[in-house]
Amino acid sequence: MIGGLFIYNHKGEVLISRVYRDDIGRNAVDAFRVNVIHARQQVRSPVTNIARTSFFHVKRANIWLAAVTKQNVNAAMVFEFLYKMCDVMTAYFGKISEENIKNNFVLIYELLDEILDFGYPQNSETGALKTFITQQGIKGQHQTKEEQSQITSQVTGQIGWRREGIKYRRNELFLDVLESVNLLMSPQGQVLSAHVSGRVVMKSYLSGMPECKFGMNDKIVIDKQGKGGTTDEAGKSELGGSSGKQSIAIDDCTFHQCVRLSKFDSERSISFIPPDGEYELMRYRTTKDIILPFRVIPLVREVGRTKLEVKVVIKSNFKPSLLAQKIEVRIPTPLNTSGVQVICMKGKAKYKASENAIVWKIKRMAGMKESQISAEIELLPTNDKKKWARPPISMNFEVPFAPSGLKVRYLKVFESKLNYSDHDVIKWVRYIGRSGIYETRC
Amino acid sequence: MPAVSKGDGMRGLAVFISDIRNCKSKEAEIKRINKELANIRSKFKGDKALDGYSKKKYVCKLLFIFLLGHDIDFGHMEAVNLLSSNKYTEKQIGYLFISVLVNSNSDLIRLINNAIKNDLASRNPTFMNLALHCIANVGSREMAEAFAADVPRILVAGDTMDSVKQSAALCLLRLNRTSPDLVPMGEWTARVVHLLNDQHLGVVTAATSLITTLAQKNPDDFKTSVSLAVARLSRIVTSASTDLQDYTYYFVAAPWLSVKLLRLLQCYPPPEDAAIRGRLTECLETILNKAQEPPKSKKVQHSNAKNAVLFEAISLIIHHDSEPTLLVRACNQLGQFLQHRETNLRYLALESMCTLASSEFSHEAVKTHIETVINALKTERDVSVRQRAVDLLYAMCDRSNAKQIVAEMLSYLETADYSIREEIVLKVAILAEKYAVDYTWYVDTILNLIRIAGDYVSEEVWYRVIQIVINRDDVQGYAAKTVFEALQAPACHENLVKVGGYILGEFGNLIAGDPRSSPLVQFNLLHSKFHLCSVPTRALLLSAYIKFINLFPEVKGTIQEVLRSDSQLRNADVELQQRAVEYLRLSCVASTDILATVLEEMPPFPERESSILAKLKRKKGPGTVPDIEENRKERNANVNGGPNHTSATSNAKASPPSFVGDLLAPAPPPTNRPRPVSSASFLQNPLTPLPPQAYAIPLAASAGTFYQVAAPAAASSTDLLGLGSSTSLNSTPPAAAPPTAASLLVDVFSENSPPVSAPAHIAVPATAAPAADDNFSSITTKSFHVAESILADVQEPTDKFVCKNNGVLYENQLLQIGLKSEYRQNLGRMYVFFGNKTSTQFLNFASNVLNVHLKPVDPTVDGGAQLQQIINIECVSDFVEAPVLNIQFRYGGTLQNIAVKLPITLNKFFQPTEMMSQDFFQRWKQLSAPQQEVQKIFKAKHSMDTEVTKAKIIGFGVALLDGVDPNPSNFVGAGVIHTKTTQVGCLLRLEPNMQAQMYRLTLRTSRDTVSQRLCDLLSDQF
Repeated sequence: MIGGLFIYNHKGEVLISRVYRDDIGRNAVDAFRVNVIHARQQVRSPVTNIARTSFFHVKRANIWLAAVTKQNVNAAMVFEFLYKMCDVMTAYFGKISEENIKNNFVLIYELLDEILDFGYPQNSETGALKTFITQQGIKGQHQTKEEQSQITSQVTGQIGWRREGIKYRRNELFLDVLESVNLLMSPQGQVLSAHVSGRVVMKSYLSGMPECKFGMNDKIVIDKQGKGGTTDEAGKSELGGSSGKQSIAIDDCTFHQCVRLSKFDSERSISFIPPDGEYELMRYRTTKDIILPFRVIPLVREVGRTKLEVKVVIKSNFKPSLLAQKIEVRIPTPLNTSGVQVICMKGKAKYKASENAIVWKIKRMAGMKESQISAEIELLPTNDKKKWARPPISMNFEVPFAPSGLKVRYLKVFESKLNYSDHDVIKWVRYIGRSGIYETRC
Repeated sequence: MPAVSKGDGMRGLAVFISDIRNCKSKEAEIKRINKELANIRSKFKGDKALDGYSKKKYVCKLLFIFLLGHDIDFGHMEAVNLLSSNKYTEKQIGYLFISVLVNSNSDLIRLINNAIKNDLASRNPTFMNLALHCIANVGSREMAEAFAADVPRILVAGDTMDSVKQSAALCLLRLNRTSPDLVPMGEWTARVVHLLNDQHLGVVTAATSLITTLAQKNPDDFKTSVSLAVARLSRIVTSASTDLQDYTYYFVAAPWLSVKLLRLLQCYPPPEDAAIRGRLTECLETILNKAQEPPKSKKVQHSNAKNAVLFEAISLIIHHDSEPTLLVRACNQLGQFLQHRETNLRYLALESMCTLASSEFSHEAVKTHIETVINALKTERDVSVRQRAVDLLYAMCDRSNAKQIVAEMLSYLETADYSIREEIVLKVAILAEKYAVDYTWYVDTILNLIRIAGDYVSEEVWYRVIQIVINRDDVQGYAAKTVFEALQAPACHENLVKVGGYILGEFGNLIAGDPRSSPLVQFNLLHSKFHLCSVPTRALLLSAYIKFINLFPEVKGTIQEVLRSDSQLRNADVELQQRAVEYLRLSCVASTDILATVLEEMPPFPERESSILAKLKRKKGPGTVPDIEENRKERNANVNGGPNHTSATSNAKASPPSFVGDLLAPAPPPTNRPRPVSSASFLQNPLTPLPPQAYAIPLAASAGTFYQVAAPAAASSTDLLGLGSSTSLNSTPPAAAPPTAASLLVDVFSENSPPVSAPAHIAVPATAAPAADDNFSSITTKSFHVAESILADVQEPTDKFVCKNNGVLYENQLLQIGLKSEYRQNLGRMYVFFGNKTSTQFLNFASNVLNVHLKPVDPTVDGGAQLQQIINIECVSDFVEAPVLNIQFRYGGTLQNIAVKLPITLNKFFQPTEMMSQDFFQRWKQLSAPQQEVQKIFKAKHSMDTEVTKAKIIGFGVALLDGVDPNPSNFVGAGVIHTKTTQVGCLLRLEPNMQAQMYRLTLRTSRDTVSQRLCDLLSDQF
């Protein structure tokens, strides 16, 4: 179990220190600073063991969050907790930065008291937390006895993530499919590794205690339906769009705690009572049949010892009607670059010495197009015999579709007690595909 | 670095450094550096005409980046360009960059060397100094090669400036250290010595360092330096503190130079010239006098400098070791320091006194400080000082004060720091041994030592006690008594239990007369510690027990009970288990005479170097300890004689065969084989104070094989120890013995018994058999025409198949032959399984019984596969010799040939017959013809267990008749042997005699040959 939790700034100064168990002493704070933050060699492992004490850390911007324990805890649990903690803090005061943490330290201690009890993680659902840990002054809180008891019953009840009696005039829900596509490609265009990790994020404004059912083009479900011969009407629901025929193979997925796992195990249907507000419904990963939105074709020619010619062509590979945004191609330059001339047809390109790379930015690009950049790099002769390692060309972008091919088929809402039906709910679906580590070797 | 003028301050550099310092994160810093590097690259690349200032600035930035830990792979050329600049700062930065960044195998080294040469040749002293510093800082072989000739020339040239001379001397010193072979000694050496007379003290200081190093290598070349050094030293010592101006440090005249001169003098023996010698003595006296003067300043620097000179002077006095008055004065001076406030001084005083103690002149003087040192040992706060105090006590110890010192050390041990405990233990052990006047004191001391600091008592210490006790008759009784008393304590250290176990096992009889320490009490005391001890100690205790059995026959029963208990006989540890089993058997089987021989008292150990001393030397390294020892040995007669270089462990290294050999050696009469002298016989020696593993391993390795091979051999050899008896109870067949081990053991047995390969019960040689074999089986059409050579290696496992039908017939590394057989009347069927144990194929596999081809087998046997062959047998008439199975196959290119006797014996065709008592006796009487009865009386080879015997008789094939014989312990059986032509009735009677361990077997059959054969077969089984 977690023995303590520390938050440091980039210099290793302690911003927040909360100790939950006696086996963690004061010196643990310093041990982490000395051995990890100020270590001579950069510590790459997220788990560090110092003097029989384990430190699990995550870094957000310049802030270090470290959970400390002397016991043999489940490391995955600790990291899950740390990420959740980051989410909670972001939900409360926005970006995690030194200043924000300093400004909200009382709130953070309050949160830490609530979400960890004697080192055991408790309810860390932002929605639930916000009902009783508020940022208003004491005067603003006109909580009646009734409301307070309601909070108690909710927090301690079976459905801890949603309180009863929520009412909206307009029942609305927003569904975001956010994916990041990762790729490593050889110079010849052979895919060396590729996978998509995606999240389904939902923002719900629904009255009462609605029962929801979420459907997507999961291969197992589709195949089962195909075999059974019965075509589920819901499969062609208005949410899923028309091209729901292709199914995708999901390698693994995890769900928000509201999803009934037993039902998923038996019927592979995703049914749940959603929390109010924004939350992450599921996470998944696919590795098969990934649509690669861009193809990068590099051409590097070394002209003698002092010159290098680079030409890079990018091709967009999706429907011409769609527009990719925020495209950025990063072409690494050798360490002895002394000057660069760039010519590009589209967008802007610049040599950034501080990053040892040529950065080419294009604001927008439609599907099935192609664009190219060529650069001449001057080199300074060195007495170093080492050859340039040629790091891969990396790329960033954002596309309005899911590269995994995931389609939302339906999201049905049932609320038996209140008088609104599935049709009355306004539903919005959005797909965003972003680049993860999208690299092509050159 | 000289202060830079305003115009030289590099603003760009300052800005860059402050940028870096302001970076919030590592990433930001790296970004800033990348940017700066790109900027410098473009600058170096772009306009060629970079002025000196910018070049210097950028090189400086690169240097800074490098020192931050980033790789720099350019800018070297620019740095080399800076070398040829005429401005000091630019040149300096250039040299700095080169000495930090240029590695020796760079292409630029020639350019750099050229620049350095130019600077050395210039008349500008600052440039020369820069160049010399660069050479010294880089100090590579290349540098030495290039400038080894130039530097000495500069050093001794008449017109060189003093500061340059100084640098040159130090530069030469550095080159001499890094690559001494490249610096030639030449005519300059003589002139270097004269630098000691130089006006400039800085030059003298530098030169003294150089000369000291050179003199250590070639003392003869620099002999003249002694007189010069003494002269110089006396001038410094006698000078008033203000005379030397710049070189007076806190009222001490040139302390560094004095120290260096004194060091230089330590390279040589005391000067022979009386005048010089007198002058030196005078100097040293002055230094000692000055120490007595009141300090001229309260500053710590003053006393530090003064004491540095003083300690160096004392080192010199100790080194010369010739002036008794000086030595005693030094000793007194150090005595004062022993109580000084300053910890460092106390440390140094103790350390110097350690060396003083070994000098004959001052040894007595040192001894006067014993109280102070003991006090230091007890009260000192710093552990390193206490350590020195221990060293000093050890060094000043002699016969007169040994008891006091050892007692003090022992009492200190209880509170001593853990880091030095082991060393103190060793020292106490050595001192106790060396200066022991009477050995009772020695034994007391060591037992005390084990009691106080048991964990730190290494093996060597208690081995040594044992060695001494065993070698000294006079102390044995006392040792036994003391050990016995020490063991009474409720909590004993394991080492004490080891010593106790050993000594009581050897000499327990010496105190057995006292009713308070009667044998049983001794044993119970030891055994009460048994369960708390580790395995090696337990093993030792078991050996002590078996020794008890020899010493005190009256406790034999108790000890056997202990050995027999499950916790011993079935101990999970193989060593303990084996000891328990062997000792139990030994105690049961062997007579008292044999026991006494086997468990004789340990012979005295050969005198050898004390193992403890060897350990201390190892621990301390070849430093102070041996020196002290050498010095001491001359004056103090070593109690245990001179060192003998037989190491303590050489005994333990005896090879396994000799152990097994020795195991048997006590039993047979002495043979002409010379017994190994170095290792005492094993059973005599179970208590050797050697690491138990040393003999545990060979024993464990040999034990298994020993048993297995012992069985066949035992048939004919006098099996005194009865160790072979376990074979028949053992389910694993003897054939499993690995061939290497077997051959090894054959050597052992060959002297006592007929060769193993010719088992005893083959009564008829194979070649003489054909006539008899002709009619024994339908499958043998003719007598065998088997060459003798094959029969010679016919394996003979049939013995164990007499009473059994299934099992492993033969096994070697390649092949395993299994057997399954069934018999009915005169017919039998045998399944032979050939298992390939290797991973490769056997080719051309063929097996036949003599010349008769059976159902042919598959010619290849795959790796790991098994092949089955069926043999049908019919007994035509009674027979003696068994058929031979020949197997041929090709494995890995070589043809393998194996011949195995099939275990077909006459008794296989028995049909058991149940009959009543009177029937039996009626038939018994019918078969009364003398040739029909065969009787044999023989000694039991295995234990005489009734159940086992019954099982064997039934397995033999006859019916076991109960209640026939009036004596219930006798066995009676009856059966009929079926052959093709006739049936032979058979009656048998087996009378065991438990007391004599003998059997009488009587067989009556209707055929005399059958009687004889059956009797032979059956008698071998018991």
